[in-house]
Amino acid sequence: MIFNRHAVWAIYKFELARFRRTVWTSLITPVITTTLYFIVFGSAIGSRMQEVGTVPYGAFIVPGLMLLTMLTESISNASFGIYMPKWSGTIYELLSAPISAFETVLAYVGAAATKSVILGIVILATANLFVDIDIVHPLWMLLFMVLLAVTFCLFGFIIGIWAKSFEQLQIIPLLVVMPLTFLGGAFYSIDMLPAAWRTATLFNPIVYLMSGFRWSFFGKGDVSVELSLMAMFGFLTLCLAIVWWIFRTGYRLKS
Amino acid sequence: MSVLSISGLSKTYAGGFTALKSVDLEIRKGEIFALLGPNGAGKTTLISIVCGIVTPTAGTVIADGHHIQRDYRAARMKIGLVPQELHTDAFETVWATVNLSRGMFGRAPDPALIERILKDLSLWEKRNSKILELSGGMKRRVMIAKALSHEPEILFLDEPTAGVDVELRRDMWNLVRGLRERGVTIILTTHYIEEAEEMADRVGVINKGELILVEDKAALMKKLGRKTLTLNLTEPLAALPPELGEWSLKLKADGNEIEYEFDANAERTGVPSLLRRMSDIGLGFKDLNTEQSSLEDIFVGLVTERQEARS
Ligand SMILES: Nc1ncnc2c1ncn2[C@@H]1O[C@H](COP(=O)(O)OP(=O)(O)OP(=O)(O)O)[C@@H](O)[C@H]1O
Ligand SMILES: [Mg+2]
Repeated sequence: MIFNRHAVWAIYKFELARFRRTVWTSLITPVITTTLYFIVFGSAIGSRMQEVGTVPYGAFIVPGLMLLTMLTESISNASFGIYMPKWSGTIYELLSAPISAFETVLAYVGAAATKSVILGIVILATANLFVDIDIVHPLWMLLFMVLLAVTFCLFGFIIGIWAKSFEQLQIIPLLVVMPLTFLGGAFYSIDMLPAAWRTATLFNPIVYLMSGFRWSFFGKGDVSVELSLMAMFGFLTLCLAIVWWIFRTGYRLKS
Repeated sequence: MSVLSISGLSKTYAGGFTALKSVDLEIRKGEIFALLGPNGAGKTTLISIVCGIVTPTAGTVIADGHHIQRDYRAARMKIGLVPQELHTDAFETVWATVNLSRGMFGRAPDPALIERILKDLSLWEKRNSKILELSGGMKRRVMIAKALSHEPEILFLDEPTAGVDVELRRDMWNLVRGLRERGVTIILTTHYIEEAEEMADRVGVINKGELILVEDKAALMKKLGRKTLTLNLTEPLAALPPELGEWSLKLKADGNEIEYEFDANAERTGVPSLLRRMSDIGLGFKDLNTEQSSLEDIFVGLVTERQEARS
């Protein structure tokens, strides 16, 4: 056997079934949050905001909202997906099964990324009820969505393996990812910042992801799309390398 | 023919504790092998290495001709494990977890087979229940169903009867016998001599990470079937009377006790004749007590025996 497709498929289906069981809460939450954001930012604040470039503020925040939700959901779903078997002890079965590291990651990260992409689309559809959105590069947008989902699910997978408690599971998304996303231009263009802050912001990796994603919507971003793609693939490669190292050494998986 | 061959297997955990010390073991195809040993002997460690859950420090394991690390896919597909602890996905249904297990081990879905396994284990009515709604005994059955779902040829049962009632224990033994008839090799661990006696074809005794002996059950039971008779004398003795010379007795507790070690399985234990002779020579006793050597004693006995044999 070169590729254990039955295992990948079985885990993928099993993980998605977990999602399906809670499908209403999983989908209603982003719908409600998106609506709230539109009430607050779109109408209340947005009506006093100028257009950003040529884009009305309401439409401008759509990619930001999608990115914010997709990042947090990717990390939390993927980290839970692998942390739970570790916590409950059912990981013994995964460790004793004829599954390669690649197949394990494909199944777990694949399932979590699928959820994230579905969520992204649901948010986009909800936002479309409030504002008109013309997507300039729809294929690029889809590609960015998939890349973002996969990369941050990998990142979540790493956190799930590293975490020794539920607290540790929450701490990185809460202390690192949330602030970086908010400061990464989810709700504003970094051009709106004073010069000193603008420079500081360029050290925030999320800025590059945000900018690329927004480019796919409106044809314009804060930094060039090439730079965005490089940042994207850079982070993806880093996560892959860490996952590879985890399986090679059995880090926090095997004694 | 050996279906599992373990050689020079050692494990030192990250903390520096050595749980296995160069274990060699051959398991024959189709046998039921009982691994007997006290808490912390290294039974679970040994099983976990064979199953791929723990990485060995040294040594090799060949399962049905496949190296468990180099050729892990082929090796693991043949192996099933029911671990010592109950680890389950609490929120999943019985049906979902058992089918997941089959898939994980690289087998195409086979609902008819899973149905048969669940029926054999009296779990069919519970197939749509969440695992957290099941009793402890049922959860253990789920673990067994998971282990059987990919039709393994080598099955490990790590303390299958811990915390299990009489009925489930009987069902379990019936199941094990049924599997053996189909040619499945079974390796189980236990603390109880009686259990090994009831089920196994061969028994291995492990203590402090060392495999002390491996023997056919019949031979071992003979060795293990030793008892000690203690007689509390009415009057202390200075020395054993020569009339009792033919029993190799020991005088203990300042001459207040006589100790006689005998083979409980032997046709003539020598106990009635000893008591008769004592009454003949007018040697009285207040109380008597027989004791089966405990597993601990046996281990100690076996270890010293082996050391003596070596030197
Ligand atoms: N992950 C671990 N890290 C460090 N030490 C361990 C680990 N797992 C087991 N040990 C130690 O290795 C020794 C053997 O443990 P093992 O679980 O193999 O024993 P066992 O024979 O299965 O015992 P029991 O009958 O209690 O199940 C014990 O002293 C235990 O403390
Ligand atoms: Mg054990």
